Amino acid sequence: MDLYPLYNSLRIAAIAAIIVFLLGIAAAYYIAKLPRVLKGILDVIFTLPLVLPPTVVGYLLLLVLGPKRPVGEFFLENWDIRLTMQWWSAIFAVSVIVFPLMYRTARGAFERFDENLADAGRTLGLSNTYIFWRIRIPYCKQGIIAGVVLSFARALGEYGATSMIAGYTPGKTATVSTAVYQLWRTGNDELAIKWVLINIAISAVVLLIINLLEKPQRRRS
Amino acid sequence: MLYVDIEKRLDRFTLKARFRCDHNTLALFGASGAGKSMTLKCISGIEKPDRGVIQLNDRVLFDSEKRIDLPPQKRRVGYLFQEYALFPNMTVSGNIAAGMRKLPKAEREQKLRELIERFKLSGLENRRPDSLSGGEKQRVALARIFASSPEVLLLDEPFSSLDTLLKYQLIPYIRDIIGDFGGETIMVSHDIDEVRQLCAEVSPITDGVTQETVDSGIYYQQIKKQYEDLK
Repeated sequence: MDLYPLYNSLRIAAIAAIIVFLLGIAAAYYIAKLPRVLKGILDVIFTLPLVLPPTVVGYLLLLVLGPKRPVGEFFLENWDIRLTMQWWSAIFAVSVIVFPLMYRTARGAFERFDENLADAGRTLGLSNTYIFWRIRIPYCKQGIIAGVVLSFARALGEYGATSMIAGYTPGKTATVSTAVYQLWRTGNDELAIKWVLINIAISAVVLLIINLLEKPQRRRS
Repeated sequence: MLYVDIEKRLDRFTLKARFRCDHNTLALFGASGAGKSMTLKCISGIEKPDRGVIQLNDRVLFDSEKRIDLPPQKRRVGYLFQEYALFPNMTVSGNIAAGMRKLPKAEREQKLRELIERFKLSGLENRRPDSLSGGEKQRVALARIFASSPEVLLLDEPFSSLDTLLKYQLIPYIRDIIGDFGGETIMVSHDIDEVRQLCAEVSPITDGVTQETVDSGIYYQQIKKQYEDLK
């Protein structure tokens, strides 16, 4: 059994989870400081990929990254890099789809942060960077880890946008979810079932991790 | 010397705080929501006044006309928060050391030992804030403030989260700390007993406007008389 799809899915999901971790907490942090109207508008935009059909996200991404579209053409002409149909093209798709999960869980976690801690840190002479990474993030740790795990899990299973932007090339862009579709389409039930079981196993483990993370929520007095 | 003359528009009223404190302890005394904490936040730089001046010794911390607005990090203000605002992810030692990250390591450790000794925190060094009692938390918060070598102390309702008995045990202790500090201390309170025992002067504050600063003993008698008359 060729395990390339598993390997490819895992690396795409891991890289997307890192990207989304950084962008998600940055967005959640800065959006809280904006005026109400702008906050409302950006919140809708940032959450949109969660409710849009993945094919719509894939289509929108192709409008930008496709070889004859503005950004895609620019990369192709200047550096001879084609942004679509590569194994890493799926990272764009998966990151956009998964971003709202990280953004919303991080925002929820930040909202429960006691701002007095940041203010105390500032009067003690601590830099804003130190306060962010050593006080705010540790305080919101549980929510943020849950967000990362959830994003990773969702990223592993992404199909719609991935298949549009990366396609299905065995040994190149194939992921677990696109492999299942191809195997079913070509009537290879035996292998399809194996991948389905692998998929269920991974998802179950991830959900178990999330539940374990949520359990020891000690109350802070 | 701390000089404050600021205005800030708030939801229910306009804060107009004006007072001067010279090597002394001054209480901002008034009802809840009268703007006392907001005044402390403006002095420390957490909040920005709409206009006015804040001067600490020879340094201008804020001046709206000259567009001076030092960040809290540069104001050297020791702010004791109502719930103490200890960092929950750090130990007692970590909390205290947070205020002296810029010192060289040897000096920092020396000072940390001194502060742990002085604030009777021996044995608690590796505990986390959520396992401490109210009185212990207050001592950690004070040690952390003194670690950062402040030029002025701002105490925001220092006893509000302690029970009455503990509060009366702690008042003489806090008085000694203020005495040792020797600089200006501004304390926010709505308890006239606390004010009389800890502060030499009072600036009453009503709906965001500070009144003329008066001697706390005299003010105490006035308040007590008003209270007797009401009875």
